[in-house]
Formats: sequence, C-alpha cells, structure tokens
Amino acid sequence: MFTNFDVLETIQMVEKEHLDIRTITMGLSLLSCIRDNAKDTAQKVYDLVCTKAEKIVKTASDLSGEYGIPIVNKRVSVTPVSLLCAAFPKDAPLIAKALDDAAETLGIDFLGGYSALVHKSTASYEREFMQTIPEVLASTKRLCSSVNVGSTRTGINMEAVGQLGKIFKEAAFLTKDADGIGAAKLVAFCNAVEDNPFMAGAFHGVGEADVVVNVGVSGPGVVKKALEKIPDANLTEAAEMIKRTAFKITRAGQLIAKEAAKRLNAQFGIVDLSLAPTPAVGDSVAHILEELGVSTVGGHGTTAALALLNDAVKKGGVMASSRVGGLSGAFIPVSEDIGMIQAAEKGEITLDKLEAMTCVCSVGLDMIAIPGDTPDTTIAAMIADEAAIGMINNKTTAVRIIPAPGKTVGDEVSFGGLLGRAPVLPVHGTDSSRLILRGGNIPAPIHSFKN
Amino acid sequence: MRAVVTVTGKDNKGIIAKVSGFLAEKKVNIEDISQTILQDFFAMIMLVDLSEATEGIAELAKECVELGKEIGMSIYIQHEDIFNAMHSI
Repeated sequence: MFTNFDVLETIQMVEKEHLDIRTITMGLSLLSCIRDNAKDTAQKVYDLVCTKAEKIVKTASDLSGEYGIPIVNKRVSVTPVSLLCAAFPKDAPLIAKALDDAAETLGIDFLGGYSALVHKSTASYEREFMQTIPEVLASTKRLCSSVNVGSTRTGINMEAVGQLGKIFKEAAFLTKDADGIGAAKLVAFCNAVEDNPFMAGAFHGVGEADVVVNVGVSGPGVVKKALEKIPDANLTEAAEMIKRTAFKITRAGQLIAKEAAKRLNAQFGIVDLSLAPTPAVGDSVAHILEELGVSTVGGHGTTAALALLNDAVKKGGVMASSRVGGLSGAFIPVSEDIGMIQAAEKGEITLDKLEAMTCVCSVGLDMIAIPGDTPDTTIAAMIADEAAIGMINNKTTAVRIIPAPGKTVGDEVSFGGLLGRAPVLPVHGTDSSRLILRGGNIPAPIHSFKN
Repeated sequence: MRAVVTVTGKDNKGIIAKVSGFLAEKKVNIEDISQTILQDFFAMIMLVDLSEATEGIAELAKECVELGKEIGMSIYIQHEDIFNAMHSI
C-alpha cells in the first residue's frame, strides 16, 4: 500500500515535473486490406484504420481522467505501406491519402508507416515506392515515413542510403514554405524495430499481431528533479536515483498500456522506456546531463553522462514492465529539447558530438536543421555513418535531418508545437560523393554470424 | 472502485467541510482521511469508495478541479491503482 508521501510525490511529478504518458500508439496490420488495385486497397485501408482505432482518442482521454496522468499523444502505426503496394508502387500515394484522411477522421496528429524495409537490397517495387515519399510528405499533413537501410544481420544497403540523401533534400524542398517540414516527418533507420510507438519512425512490423497497443512513457523533468535532490551524490548514487525514478515512471506506463489495450480490444504490445523531451521548459534530456555535471550539453563528458542516463533508465524500466520494446532509451532531438536548442545557439553542440552521443543512447541524429544547400551525397554520408554505428553496435540508429531550404548557419527553423525550433548547424564542407556513388553494400559485420 | 482524493494548497478555514460536502453530494464514501500542515502548506489525502457514486471518476475529476479553483486549492481524484503501480513492487 502507498503512503501519503507517495501520493504527494505522484501529484508533484504531474503538476510540476511534466510526468506524462507520451504516447499511446495503436499498431495495425493492414495486410488484409491488399486488393488488386490501389483504389480498392486505399478504401479498405481507410475503413480498417477508422474502425479499429475509432476509440483511441476517447479511451486516452478517459484513462487520463481516471488516473490523473496526462496522455499527450494518440497515434497509429501501420504495416509498411510498400508491402501493400508491391503490385502498384506508383499508386502508393493513394494509400497515403487514405491514411492521412483516416488520421484526420480519428483526430490524431501523426500516423506512421509510409515505410519501406530495404536493409539488404532494394526490390524494384520498393525503389519506385521510395520515389513517391517526398511528394507524399509534402501533400499530407499527418503521415510519417521511414526507411530501414541497414541492419546488423544484413549490413548496409548503400544504394538505398544514396537514394535517401536525395529524398531528404526533395522532401525539404517541396515543403520550403514551412522550413522543410517534410524532412521532419521522415526517418532513415538501421536496425529499425517493429514495435516503436514514437513518431516519426513508428511502423507496425509484419511479425506483430493484428491490433496492438504500444505505449511510450517519458518524464525527463521527473528525472532531473530527482537528481536535484542529491546534488553532491557520486555517480553510482545518481545512477541508482535514475533507476528508481525510471521504475516509477514506467509502472505508470505499464498500467495505462494494459488498461488501454483492454479497452481498445487490442493486444498489449510493449512499453517503450524512453525519455522523450519536448520544447517545454522542465522537459529536457539535455538538462539532466547538465544536472549530472556537464556545464553545457555538448561539452566533454556529455557522452559519458548520457551513457549513464540511458543505461539507468533501461535498468529501472525493465523491472517495471512485463514487456519492454520499441526504442527504449534517452532521445536527443535538437529542435524538441530546450536544453539542446540553447546549447546549439551557443555553438556548444555540433553534429560530430551528436553523432558520438548516438553511440550510447537511443536512436540517432534527430531533428537537426542543416544548411539547405548541403549536397544530397553529404546527407547520404551522414546516414551511412549513423547506420554504421547501429550495425556495428547492434542497436537502432536513425537520421531525421532537415536540410532547411534557403537557410544557412546562423538562421533558425521553426516548426511549432512538439517539433519545436532549431538553429541551423554547420556540416563539414568536404565531399563524400565518391563513397556514396560507389553503391553496393557495406557487408554485415563478423559478429553478426552467430548461427 | 477506490480512489484517492488529494487536496493541497495554502491553509484556510473550511477546506475539509467544503470538500467532504462535495463528496457526500456525489455519494462518494470517505474511508480514510489524513491531513498535515507544514508551515502554511495544507495537504489532505482521502481514500474514498466510488461504488455508489453518482458519476464516473473522470467526471468527478473535472468537477474537483473546478471546486479547487473556487476555494483556491489543488484538488485531484485519481484511481488508487496509479499509486499502487508507481509505489509498490
């Protein structure tokens, strides 16, 4: 049984420290919607999403009211759309429109899964499907896209990496009136996971059940406040404090996830143990690292502090949930984290440091604005670097980078809302095109041969 | 179903009367009640039973917020499971 102190602690976490359930994401298999043409398939897709996820917004609101914990986002992820369109890849935008319309009908902000899995090689229908991504991201509002370009078991598909460099540029260019927001809805993955509840990279893997509820918890503010209470603690004690806090946050997520799954007639999938920041003050992962003792995030010691944080969050969370999955770790998006924005404005955080940080935390180069005239081969090379980190270290890595049209270092992009704002960061001016234009595959590493 | 009602804020006269009056009106039974005052800070925690309540907990939660605004306090009502989940193994 809980004590009065426990009750007040929970209230404090919600009221002052931004404790929330970051997302309830319903994963839907759309494989049963495939018909012999795009129009009929699109109709089936719209009907299925609107039927199965009909109650998602209301259920989240009910749960939030009953348990007194805010549930920030309600979302849907679907089977990678390239699989639905193998027979008619050029018509994939019809499916995209159906999904975007369904998201609007449901009243949700994002729906993920306009995706392709090309981690070994690109099939011809996938190549054509990928060509539709920029236009789709420009013509839809709520649809998110992702492409898995590599994995530890398969190596890296460098043809797809090269194509994605162009896709990022085009997606940004086609949405130039909105600072290139098209690119902010696109993720390049290595070792993509099939049960990720977080956008923009969520899709519903083919190994999943028909209807699944995955929940992403958050709470960087709660972790920071907990650390503020022990300013002189050594790092062993700090890690213990983070673990204990992560346990409590995750237990709340587990409770909501199980109850949401029951009410939505879905299977309980996983709880994603992530610390996901928002641009709000007091909801920053960067500020946790600074509380640990790095004066400005991006400085020396940042990677070490992040490694400690990421590991402690997992250790605390794993014990609190019966099924853990998704990305599970600390996110370090630049535009979505007030501490990161401040460090970027001071010039203290660079792309090179961010890349180093992605070696020890969840995911990768996230929500980073770069000059609009960055060559597509340079963007592809950044994707290749991240994919290599993921491939060699057996972890998920990702790139969500925005080549801001018409902008350069010193300018700022602003997307508003949860996507936030960010100063444009400099990239190396050196040419990487020869590496990218070689094509082929980076072979799977030796430690992937475990059979 | 049981829930926890939390009332926090600056100490003032008649807080308990107002909150318990509201709960009685909604046929919410108070099973346990405890109160502390630290300097000027008032904190009251009640364990209540909602089995005969006239409204659902989500609705009550909204009305608690309204009542809280009226009397200048923070008032929450939450399903007890959230505290069991977060604070016990």
